[in-house]
Amino acid sequence: MSLLTITDVEATYGSSQALFGVSLNLDEGEVVALMGRNGMGKSTTVKCICRMIPAKGTLQFDGQDLTRLPSHRAARLGIGLVPEGRRCFADLTVYENLIAAARPGPWDLDKVCALFPRLGERRDQRAASLSGGEQQMLAIGRALMTNPRLLVLDEATEGLAPIIRQEIWAAIHTLKTESGLSILVIDKSIKELATVCDRAVILERGRSVWQGGFADLSHEVTQKFLGI
Amino acid sequence: MIRETHLNLGIIALLIAIPAWALMADEPFIITLMTRAVVFALAAVGLNIALGLGGLVSLGHAVFFGIGGYAMGILAHHAQTYTPLTEWPFLLEGTKSMPVIWLTAIVASTFAALVIGILSLRTAGVYFIMITLAFGQMFFFFAISWSAYGGEDGLSIYVRNGFPGLNTLVPVQYFGLCLVILLAALFLNARLAKSPFGLALNAARQTPARVETVGLDPTRLKLVAFVISGAITGLAGALFADLNRFVSPTMFSWQLSGEIMIFVIIGGVGRLFGPVVGALVFVALEHLLGGLSEYWHIYLGILLLLIVLFGRGGIIGMLCGRERLHD
Repeated sequence: MSLLTITDVEATYGSSQALFGVSLNLDEGEVVALMGRNGMGKSTTVKCICRMIPAKGTLQFDGQDLTRLPSHRAARLGIGLVPEGRRCFADLTVYENLIAAARPGPWDLDKVCALFPRLGERRDQRAASLSGGEQQMLAIGRALMTNPRLLVLDEATEGLAPIIRQEIWAAIHTLKTESGLSILVIDKSIKELATVCDRAVILERGRSVWQGGFADLSHEVTQKFLGI
Repeated sequence: MIRETHLNLGIIALLIAIPAWALMADEPFIITLMTRAVVFALAAVGLNIALGLGGLVSLGHAVFFGIGGYAMGILAHHAQTYTPLTEWPFLLEGTKSMPVIWLTAIVASTFAALVIGILSLRTAGVYFIMITLAFGQMFFFFAISWSAYGGEDGLSIYVRNGFPGLNTLVPVQYFGLCLVILLAALFLNARLAKSPFGLALNAARQTPARVETVGLDPTRLKLVAFVISGAITGLAGALFADLNRFVSPTMFSWQLSGEIMIFVIIGGVGRLFGPVVGALVFVALEHLLGGLSEYWHIYLGILLLLIVLFGRGGIIGMLCGRERLHD
């Protein structure tokens, strides 16, 4: 069953248009990669889904129209965003970050700490004092605490050491296999995406130009749209 | 650096020791002065929830202080003149019972804070300050023109209202009552700050956009904080009116809103005992310097300037170091 459906979405920043027609579909329990080169509209698409910028077109989550909802209502429907650049609540401790976001559901402090043991170890440490990788784990943990039905990961491994990236990919893998969570993931590493994603959507200049099973992603396609 | 918990315990000890000494030394005036400090501290604890936790710079908190004061004034005035408040649709009499007065003060200031909050929170920054100030002035001039309750002259209540089991006219008993309420408000404040609501509010103060992505509405969080804040300041207003046995429009004045804010800033914005320290310092200066010169506010101004320039965390911040960011 389709959880997220977006059709012909357009978005503008002031007078410059960023999205010209993005369509994508994500089924319950599916992991979809949103790919494209820099500046092609990946993060803008995420901002439209999470209602952080106005958008034209169809945006539906679980059959409900998102276009008129404020950002916090979209989040309450079950869209858990892990924003680009992590954006933890810098002045709160690790646990406080998690508690502030908590909503009822299967995900709680214990489960998040089981997924990322480092968060449990650093529970009373101020978020601002964490390393980049730990902040990223905290950002994912915080999104999970909202007990989302769809987790949106925007560049969750950008700028992190390889060992931390592995840990985060392993966690995403666990989320997929053990929790059956629906995930929309933006990342640049095809190799890592291939381990978790069922399907891929490629954006080019604000349009969705290719969609299909991740396994069907041919060298030609990646060469043409991603330059690799 | 002193641990903040130790300092807080020291302040509580001081709040008990000074009146205890005054009682033994037979200095009832000192007890009354301490009661004044405790009541001001309670008003500032209220503001600190909006300002310290929510980042809401309200220059209209005297509205709630005044509403609390007039709740006491009006109810007690009707009781002492044996005139009903209203006869229709049902007979409503005045009262001299403190619990009833407090409840009325809390309900009235909660309602006022809700309405003012809904309207004011549509704005932010300097506009929020101005709109809360504007509400303060509206209430101030309304009170001046309300001739049924004394207008500009205010209302005098001849005998302090009663509390079951206590003789509130004995200074130390009334002080004890006010202190218990202050400590209860501080306990509530401490619990609130660590609750999911308080943490989310803290996050919303710093980065409103980020809390939205976890499904929280920053405006709503701030509104709840503003309402709790107004209710506590309203209760302080009722206690203040009972302390003086007098209410007047000055309880609504913007100078008073400013003073409540000064208590918080001197003590430390967002620090649990900041308002208590601020109110104690203010009342001490008022008493010690007020005897020297009518213009003692000059010294208060210098103190405030020094604290704002050199000690951003107020007196508690200077003694215990910075805890949270409040910029």
